[in-house]
Amino acid sequence: MTTVTSTAKTSATAAPTVADLLSRLGFRPSGPSPAWLTQARHASLGWATARGFPTLKDEDWKYTRLGPLLDVPFERAGDGDGAGRRVSPAMIDALTIDAASTRLVFVNGLFAPELSLLTDLPEGVTVTNLASVLAEGGAGLEPFFSRPFGEYDHAFTAINTVLAEDGAFIQVAADALITAPIELVFLSDAHGPPIMANPRSLILAGPRSRVAVVETYAGTSGGVTCTNAVTQVVLDEGARVEHYKIQDEPDAAFHLALLDVRQGPGSRFSSGSVALGSKIARNEVRVRLEGEGAEAGIDGLYLPRGDQHHDNPILIEHAAPRCSSRQLYKGIVDERGHGVFNGRIIVWPDAPGTDASQTNKNLLLSDHAEVDTRPRLEILTDDVKCAHGAAVGALDEEALFYLRSRGVPHEAARALLTYAFARELLDLIESESLRTHVETLVTGRLSTDSDGTGAHSGD
Amino acid sequence: MMLKIENLHAQIGDNEILRGVNLEVAAGEVHAIMGPNGSGKSTLANVLAGHEAYGITGTVRFEDEDLLALSPEDRAAAGLFLAFQHPVEIPGVGNLYFLRMAFNSVRRRRGLEELDVMGFLALAQERMKLVEMDRSFMSRSVNEGFSGGEKKRNEILQMTILEPKLAILDETDSGLDIDALRIVAGGVNALRRPDRAMIVITHHQRLLDYIVPDRVHVMVGGRIVRSGDKDLALELEEHGYAGLGLEVASDRSASVGATP
Repeated sequence: MTTVTSTAKTSATAAPTVADLLSRLGFRPSGPSPAWLTQARHASLGWATARGFPTLKDEDWKYTRLGPLLDVPFERAGDGDGAGRRVSPAMIDALTIDAASTRLVFVNGLFAPELSLLTDLPEGVTVTNLASVLAEGGAGLEPFFSRPFGEYDHAFTAINTVLAEDGAFIQVAADALITAPIELVFLSDAHGPPIMANPRSLILAGPRSRVAVVETYAGTSGGVTCTNAVTQVVLDEGARVEHYKIQDEPDAAFHLALLDVRQGPGSRFSSGSVALGSKIARNEVRVRLEGEGAEAGIDGLYLPRGDQHHDNPILIEHAAPRCSSRQLYKGIVDERGHGVFNGRIIVWPDAPGTDASQTNKNLLLSDHAEVDTRPRLEILTDDVKCAHGAAVGALDEEALFYLRSRGVPHEAARALLTYAFARELLDLIESESLRTHVETLVTGRLSTDSDGTGAHSGD
Repeated sequence: MMLKIENLHAQIGDNEILRGVNLEVAAGEVHAIMGPNGSGKSTLANVLAGHEAYGITGTVRFEDEDLLALSPEDRAAAGLFLAFQHPVEIPGVGNLYFLRMAFNSVRRRRGLEELDVMGFLALAQERMKLVEMDRSFMSRSVNEGFSGGEKKRNEILQMTILEPKLAILDETDSGLDIDALRIVAGGVNALRRPDRAMIVITHHQRLLDYIVPDRVHVMVGGRIVRSGDKDLALELEEHGYAGLGLEVASDRSASVGATP
């Protein structure tokens, strides 16, 4: 009888639909909007409304329950409700890697010029906010908004297309070499009703250009926020882009993100992400190798603990000959944390000479920690080198004993071995200041519990 | 008495490996423990260092302290050191970082001043000369990709840096060529002092030509069955365990662990 009752209860409160969410968030593209953009928004709106939210039955969403997110009555950050008031320059300083770097700051998805730093821009690069580019007509940007994700679109990327007002716009001219990383800081700040933000960023690297970009996601604590971010990157022939992402949102936050990358011939793209924050975070990366000889290295470190859920859906498409891709994802999962690696590689028939590798390793620090790892290879041509491997394990007890037998205290030995597990990924970060910054974040995380104490739960 | 072991039993599951070990080691002495594979020599070493895999009964007093009540790190701080038979590789942990962390952890617990990076580097370089170790070892991960001989030298290096009161060497000679053996023995002999004791576990009389023991014990089936002076090792070398009238074959049931 009890079972029947609870089933009835579940179906009585019907899950909110895409239309429900959009009507609450208010589809009201602000400012002077080009006609093509209004059209693109309507197209995505229609598609998402008809399609609905993903469910656990979708292969790419199978490990992330959306219920807790969809139950929250999110609103759009308003202009007059004081959003961003609690974001201080000191907070930005703490999140900044290099004080002298070019920096764009967004609060709840909207550009905050007073917190940004746009002086001394190197030659050959445009760094501005998307809203100002769109206000001028956004010439050439239509393909980035008109259902750009094709069959891989889902309700959240579509909602971003419908609602995105602002984000970063970075365009690097042919042959321009931008050495210092450009920093993008996205802050969520809700002190009243729950806020959903939809930042949209574009990084366009011209032929043979080089640029490094760091996206940092953080927020003020107290309120509930949802960041639904989309970043699109295009590398022209021979371009080289390093992309880094630090997701350190407050523990009550939801974070959904897509990094969508298209690579031309001979281009090189690398992505390094570290996930520390959020209640539920889904950090999707899609790379399409479209030009011959393109190379991609996609790396990630996720450290869920408490009740955190970190999902990493990766899609690498080999669509041109002789491209190479490498993925290295590592999870350090503590307490009741849940880590997911859902890595898919597709090698299309016209991609001979493909070299693809995928590695996922997980360290479980507690008996209640959970990991799902799922490699998916779809190879539609011969002449392919594909390697993949996945591992889930606990700390090496013999290594622990070895360290302790040398006088290293138990907690320190655990932290040392855990850090050693992550180090391979940290060593891949090229910029020294960024590497130091991330090392500090990771070691800080490993030396405390989710309740902020120094002792390890050891459960 | 520096170390006093009385009726020590150790088992994993239902498998009893140590079956009543009694041993006394005084400061300044070097004791050798010999015995066939699986006789419990490495288990004894691991139990003394604090390995948590074993069910243990009996008493072990180290400088009149209850050794079995201490954690592995507290035993290290108290002055116990085990040179492992199979030193573990730890990728991602730099050798220099690890050695300084160990050194300072032990110093802190002994109430001594810790050394900064430069101070420690100077000490480490001086000790590395003793075991003829190249400076490049410091920047590598702990034991990662080290040859068998390099791992054993790294153990002895750690011993010379941590300066224990009681060092247990578990088959440090196994797998070493004659040059490496000379280097390792040189490092060990440099540490011999009236206030320091050593337990040298070995299969071969060969090591005892370099490190001359005060006492030699023969371990079979989880017990010390014969003790004598250094001539006992020579006798063993000549006649084998059977020649000493020791039943080895019947103790196979106790075979666990130590395989070269």
